[in-house]
Amino acid sequence: MNLLLLLCIPLITSLAILPVRSRAMVRWISLFGSVAQLAAAVFLFFAYNQERDTGNTAVVLFEDHFKFISNPEINFHFGVDGIAVAMILLTSFVLVAGVLVSWKIEKMTREFYFLLLLLALGAFGFFISLDLFVLFFFLEISVIPKYLLIGIWGSGKKEYAANKLALMLMGGSALILVGILLLYFNAGHTFDVLQLSHTNINGQLQKTVFPLLFIGFGVFTALFPFHTWVPDGHSSAPTAGSMFLAGISMKLGGYGCLRIATFLLPEGAREYANIIIILSAIAILYGAFATMMQKDLKYINAYSSVSHVGFSLLGIGMLTQTAFTGALLQMVSHGVMTALFFAVIGIIYDRTHTRQVNEMGGLMKLLPFTMTAFFIVGLCSLGLPGLSGFVAEMTVFVGSWENADAFHRIATIAACISIVVTAVYILRAIGKVAMGPLFVNNITKGMESNSMKDATWNEKLALIILIGGILAIGIMPEWLNKLLKPSAEMIMNRFTGN
Amino acid sequence: MSDFFLIMKQELAVTAIIFFLLIVKIAGKSKNVEWLPWIQLLLLLNFIGGFFFIQSGTLFADMYHTNGLLAFQKNILSLGVYLISLLCSDWLKKSEHLPEFFLLMCSSLLGMFFLISSGNLLMFYLSLELASIPVAAMANFDLHKKSTSEGALKLILISAFASAVLLFGISLIYGATGTISFASLSQVVTDSPLQMLAFVFFFTAFTFKLSVVPFHLWTADVYEGAPIATTSYLSVISKGAVAFIFITVLYKVFAPLEAVWYWMLVVLSVLTMLIGNLFALRQQNIKRFLAFSSIAQVGFILVAITGTGVDSMASVTYFILIYVFSNLAAFGVAAIISEKTGKENIDEYKGLYKTNPFLSWMLAIALFSLAGIPPTAGFFGKLFLLTAGSVKGNFWLILIAGLNMVISLFYYLKIVRAVFMDKNENPVEKVLVNGYAKMGLVICAAGIILAGLIGPLYDYIRELITYFFN
Repeated sequence: MNLLLLLCIPLITSLAILPVRSRAMVRWISLFGSVAQLAAAVFLFFAYNQERDTGNTAVVLFEDHFKFISNPEINFHFGVDGIAVAMILLTSFVLVAGVLVSWKIEKMTREFYFLLLLLALGAFGFFISLDLFVLFFFLEISVIPKYLLIGIWGSGKKEYAANKLALMLMGGSALILVGILLLYFNAGHTFDVLQLSHTNINGQLQKTVFPLLFIGFGVFTALFPFHTWVPDGHSSAPTAGSMFLAGISMKLGGYGCLRIATFLLPEGAREYANIIIILSAIAILYGAFATMMQKDLKYINAYSSVSHVGFSLLGIGMLTQTAFTGALLQMVSHGVMTALFFAVIGIIYDRTHTRQVNEMGGLMKLLPFTMTAFFIVGLCSLGLPGLSGFVAEMTVFVGSWENADAFHRIATIAACISIVVTAVYILRAIGKVAMGPLFVNNITKGMESNSMKDATWNEKLALIILIGGILAIGIMPEWLNKLLKPSAEMIMNRFTGN
Repeated sequence: MSDFFLIMKQELAVTAIIFFLLIVKIAGKSKNVEWLPWIQLLLLLNFIGGFFFIQSGTLFADMYHTNGLLAFQKNILSLGVYLISLLCSDWLKKSEHLPEFFLLMCSSLLGMFFLISSGNLLMFYLSLELASIPVAAMANFDLHKKSTSEGALKLILISAFASAVLLFGISLIYGATGTISFASLSQVVTDSPLQMLAFVFFFTAFTFKLSVVPFHLWTADVYEGAPIATTSYLSVISKGAVAFIFITVLYKVFAPLEAVWYWMLVVLSVLTMLIGNLFALRQQNIKRFLAFSSIAQVGFILVAITGTGVDSMASVTYFILIYVFSNLAAFGVAAIISEKTGKENIDEYKGLYKTNPFLSWMLAIALFSLAGIPPTAGFFGKLFLLTAGSVKGNFWLILIAGLNMVISLFYYLKIVRAVFMDKNENPVEKVLVNGYAKMGLVICAAGIILAGLIGPLYDYIRELITYFFN
């Protein structure tokens, strides 16, 4: 399969909506484009599996080379491994759902969808790139859309949040840039990930570059203490923006931490693994406890994202194959879950005009469909077996337990504690919002609360797509595991020296 | 003889335009304004003509030399002048002395052509004067405004001072080495105290022209006072030309002193980026703001110059090309709004998107490009500058530059935020953008998007340079 297709579809769609005047047309073209992208991603998934089944054991499949600049040598080198395929699937699911839940955006509809598609384009390009420079290019593309999406369509202190997010991510990028240039000039004058993986990068260089890359990507994925943009950014963004930020953008960072930093610089990773574990354990616990104090639904999900993403980083820091697989599973699982969570919150907010937990109650009577989705995502978040969260977190814990010394054990146990805390805040929030006597206390008082309509067709479709994702991972994780495990093994081989 | 015409064709073309303008001024009976499209056409032809029959060679006993690279750089400058004539057409139309403005601008352009082609200190000095004196007159073109005269006076004094310093440096060099030709100087330059003193004077003059901190103090006042057409000329064209010859002089003439000027450049680049950025944070007037932002951009250029000759020349040439598009687009929008409404404060730009979506997007694209964010070409420009700067392994400098990009993003976003997000009771009213200005902005936007994505462009520049430095 030609991977350029994955770039062309969003690009063409985003350009196609620019001259369109009517809002309805813009929506339908965007939906059409994103569904086409989803179809391409699903096709890629099957094509990838088929290729693997025929015994192709190359590191990446569907490679493509385009010369860009010869000095410094930069090529558009595309190719996917299992991790990338999983991430592309995730991104296209979230894209479709994001387009669907934004159906009602009235303000500057065209610009909104254009930026949303540009954001998606950056993510797809990032996942298929095998050249550090091009990868960096796609990573940075997302800055403008994120900033404008939050700043223009957001709510609350949106300008502050947009600024904070853009500057922090740019700061992370500056570190990544220095790391990339250090690698380029000291490890064989190449940006190519595969070539670099064959190069013998000396230990000292690895130990210098690894923190730059890891922290740089870590800023994107809410590595403690660089997570502070997450709560503000997520809670101020419009629904689709939050879904993308939490579902995809944070995964760009996680992918970079594992697939780029850890993969290319195993000695560096080993040097700093304990620090990563400590930081992610702090993030997991701190995120969970901070969530307990939140009253705003979006803040609840934003802080719980910090905690959940911490599991991915914890898995990376454990440096075992199972933990790597778990980290990747957690990325995919959290991506779907958090997108669903934000979609639900968006629907609730649209009906009640409040996100404060204590200002509503008993919504199950009015919004049965939405609330059911809310239950599912909540239970997934606290790790109920049968849903995706359980599979991912369990794998991380099993992988972590493989390290038998006290330090790793304590970190693992500390991380486990967070699950209890998660149960507390999730059940409390859901119980309050969905159960009990019906009650919405805010500006809509004047209007009959009975007139609230449950999710419309587009919202239902979005929720169903994402719930489908959660169940697909939760009930039969094997397809995803099959995709991720060989790649995790390949990264692990870098440590064992095979 | 035909060689002579071909080698000097770009200079001769500009000279022809100058004579044409003189005739227009003296003999033309019709109103000046009617000449504007014709002058624009001539400038366009001058730009396009620059791409044909490129020849390399030397004239006047090595005083003047040209080749593919220099022709390309001159084309960048011609393009910039053409874009200015488009973007500032509203202001130019109002001016009573339209041919004179172009006369001055073309004279200065001619000076810059000779400047980057010079192979001899004498030629270098003469062309620098030719390039800077008309600009002082251009800066004073809004005759009725007091601040304009103030800015122009500052510019004249600073130019004169810089020239005096430069001339002193040149005379010391001549005294110490007995030669003024670039080629023979590179053989005899040593780090003897006298020559070091001469070099420092020489270097200082350049830093004045490039408005490198601590010699940047004139920039903001001049930029604010001068008409925007002049400001954009100063910030893009004149800086570009000086940056080109600066690299040539450093790497071809003073190469033996590299150990000395390397650290001078490192320190100055850090200072320039930092101070330019920090001052830009606080600016309220868009022209002053762009002045400080352009100081910060020079800091990034200096980072690239710390690399090697080929790398720095390639990345700086590429960057200046993109800078022409980006900065001129930003100045162009400012010029249009200022001309129609008189508003120049960033606060007054609030809510611009509601009334002027086209101008807002153009401004946003330009600012994102200046900030170095993809998919705009500014991203590639900045990255190539930093890549060139890291050749020698000074990664602390790159880290500082990277963090400065974050600071600069903050203030560029401030304007984007004002334009797109902030509410305003009485925003800038709907501005009718005339066809020329619209075309200019569209060319700039196309350049900003395409110049980055067309990879072979950078390879092309690099090839020209490999040839130049061997």
